[in-house]
Amino acid sequence: MSFYVVQFLSGLASAASLFLVASGLSIIFGVTRIVNFAHGAFYMVGAYLAYTLTEQLAGTFGFWAGIVLAALAVAAIGVVVEMVLLRRIYRSPELFQLLATFGLTLMVEDLVVLIWGPDDLLGRRAPGMRGAIDIFGQNLPTYDVFLIVLGPLVLGLLWLLFRRTRWGILVRAATQDRDTVAALGVNQKWLFTSVFALGVFLAALGGALQIPRDAVNHTMDLRIIVDVFVVVVIGGLGSITGAFVAAVLVSELNAFGILVFPKISIVLIFLVMAVVLVVRPWGLFGKPEAPARQMPGLTVRPWRPLSVNERLAFLVLLIAAAALPLFAGNYVLTIGAEIAIFAIFAASLHFMMAVGGLASFGHAAYFGLGSYGVAMLAKFAGLPMVACLLLGPLMGLIGAVVFGWFCVRLSGVYFAMLTLAFAQIVWSIAFQWVEVTGGDNGMLGIWPDAWVATPATFYWLSLTVAALAVGGLRWLTFSPFGYALRAMRDSPLRSESVGIDGKRVQWAAFVVAGTVAALAGAMFVYLKGSVFPDNAGIALSVDALVMVLLGGVETVSGALVGAIVYKALAIWLVSYTELSKLVLGAIIVVMVVAFPKGLVGMWEVLQARYWPGATASGKARRAEVAE
Amino acid sequence: MSASTAPLLAVEGLTKSFGGVHAVRNVSFALTAGEILALIGPNGAGKTTCFNMLNGQITPDAGHIRLEGREITGLAPREVWRRGVGRTFQITATFPTMTVRENVQVVLVSHEGQIFNPWCSTPTFALAEADRLLELVGMGGFAERPCGELAYGDLKRLELAVALANRPKLLLMDEPTAGMAPRERIELMRLTARIAREQKIGVLFTEHDMDVVFEHADRVIVLNRGMLIAEGTPAEVRHDPQVRAIYLGEGLVYDARHREDSAT
Repeated sequence: MSFYVVQFLSGLASAASLFLVASGLSIIFGVTRIVNFAHGAFYMVGAYLAYTLTEQLAGTFGFWAGIVLAALAVAAIGVVVEMVLLRRIYRSPELFQLLATFGLTLMVEDLVVLIWGPDDLLGRRAPGMRGAIDIFGQNLPTYDVFLIVLGPLVLGLLWLLFRRTRWGILVRAATQDRDTVAALGVNQKWLFTSVFALGVFLAALGGALQIPRDAVNHTMDLRIIVDVFVVVVIGGLGSITGAFVAAVLVSELNAFGILVFPKISIVLIFLVMAVVLVVRPWGLFGKPEAPARQMPGLTVRPWRPLSVNERLAFLVLLIAAAALPLFAGNYVLTIGAEIAIFAIFAASLHFMMAVGGLASFGHAAYFGLGSYGVAMLAKFAGLPMVACLLLGPLMGLIGAVVFGWFCVRLSGVYFAMLTLAFAQIVWSIAFQWVEVTGGDNGMLGIWPDAWVATPATFYWLSLTVAALAVGGLRWLTFSPFGYALRAMRDSPLRSESVGIDGKRVQWAAFVVAGTVAALAGAMFVYLKGSVFPDNAGIALSVDALVMVLLGGVETVSGALVGAIVYKALAIWLVSYTELSKLVLGAIIVVMVVAFPKGLVGMWEVLQARYWPGATASGKARRAEVAE
Repeated sequence: MSASTAPLLAVEGLTKSFGGVHAVRNVSFALTAGEILALIGPNGAGKTTCFNMLNGQITPDAGHIRLEGREITGLAPREVWRRGVGRTFQITATFPTMTVRENVQVVLVSHEGQIFNPWCSTPTFALAEADRLLELVGMGGFAERPCGELAYGDLKRLELAVALANRPKLLLMDEPTAGMAPRERIELMRLTARIAREQKIGVLFTEHDMDVVFEHADRVIVLNRGMLIAEGTPAEVRHDPQVRAIYLGEGLVYDARHREDSAT
């Protein structure tokens, strides 16, 4: 009995940090409508800075001053970020805001390693709280008691701040209608900046307060952000009380889930989240959001199927690509096959994002499921390659059917957060279920059959599958299904009132995209001969997003170009620099701010400017350029 | 309306509250095929709520909606549409990233039940029918234009073509001329009225422009604070003292000088 009480109290203590970070995210979202993906990064920097400061400053006062100073310093960084970056993208589509803050996260990850090194850092224990108190014969660290008290205290302070101060009332007003608040003469810029600073302060404080409990390392940002997303999805984005209740709920589920399912405790949280989403899609304390801003915000140029000439041109390019083995070596061919596989992956996400307006931040889940599907069939059932390639993606399909059913119930930022959470669940299962998946060691020795065992033949296979997949998705784009999907993206209201079952169409698109991604994952296993949890990792999901964005999210098949350029660039970067995440993050941020149309989108603009008569809608393009 | 056959649309005791606000209270009316019925009333009278219940966007708390005698209360908008109800919105809802023709083609594809048919290409689907509909509303020359760059009046006409694409028996038009220039308003309503009478489509519309209402409506019903307060021919309603007091005001009806103010 006493064991359970301590387990419960320990869960409450963990909830404190989670609540601080989640409430910060909620406050920022409430006013700016930005889901700050970089929130985990601020949390992490808070922890690192607190580590350094508490090491430098001596004594009890030094320790606490170090914690608070760290949080204040990170809040100052947050102010700079808000003024330099976010102010430029408040009016951008949600996808771009999520991506820009994600790019920031990537940059911070490398910077942190650059400054503090890659090793885990063990912080000091809090002075005066090194002991433990006795609860029914079990020890509970005094610091945990402090955290248990701190959580409700912060909740109370925030409540007072928002109810009793002028600033708080302005923030609440802005949460409801920021345009009206601006019209009433409130300086919105500073209101936004101060809100962002408060949110970041809370995140950094959450990180700083963790150092006596946990080692500081450079992956803690993604771990916390996934937990925080789960918390705000359950509690309701924008609600501080919701953040508190959900943080407690999630922490307790973690504390007790470990006892029930020691290997896959995260499944329990997933189940709770699923139930909440079905019963209250906007979280326990959230309010239904007004329909999200429409995705197409940059152009209104309608898509056209390729003309005969353009089709011929693509055929010529495909033949040229197929001729690569005639003059390229094995290394180049392996890279070629990898690029082809990533073209499949990127095209699948592009279909969902560009056609469906569904920006998934966890597309790697289906890539990973396809990989593990193949690996399990090959390892446990001993099936030949072709059978594995055909059956393996079914696992991605099943995953997409189940996860997609929940995801399409949401839209916009909720959709993005939920897809990310699902992907992390897949990753955790792959990582933790060592008996089946081999955990971190992966599953090795899965090689293609003899007929495609050489780099050249495997390259041809990859190219063929890629051509079929990209062509097939394009075909679907112009079929009624693709149009229904676009209709739903453009105007859910109109779609529903002309007989389109929007959720069903989006679910189907989710399944199609997931299955094609799983196919890419299946091919990838045979390219590498192995599968690891990273095949379902966040980094891979982001790779896919960047490929789509680089190609142009408003083009029909820009992801193809995006995949080729990005993959080549990434391989080149990794071989030339240690700081690939820093460069990549910077590229993402610059692209979002300066070139939101992507490569193919830019090309179309240039084409419209210099050869306006070249296409049927040339006139329309001219009009657009003139704006 | 004969007693033996059910009217096209029969609404009975329709009621909806939002929290403590009784948006629509016990509203009943009927509409026959080919009839043009105007629903008028001051802002906040419950007109849009009424509309949203009729096409299934919100579920009524009580009451019945029957289309040709069949219950459609509480059906989803897409199911109501399948039964032959077209709808235009107060603020146009179209697909801005498609061409004008494609906007209609999507609806035709949906009407034919071909959405999940992968062997069908939308840009070439039912070209003739799409162009016929666009021609009908006077948008024939705009077929290839991106919908997102149309002027507002053209969007309204496109929306009419979209609403007509499933050959509806009933057309619900929520402020069909809101936000349009005076001349365009008259043209659009004349067009709608002509099509409705030719094809025997019942039309229910809300409108603040009394010129439009009194020129085209066969009958007018007046809503105030969620309740039906008057019903009758335009002439009857215009002279109804209660309607005058609440909504029309005195002596300003049919006065061209008043036009600009009534636009909202």
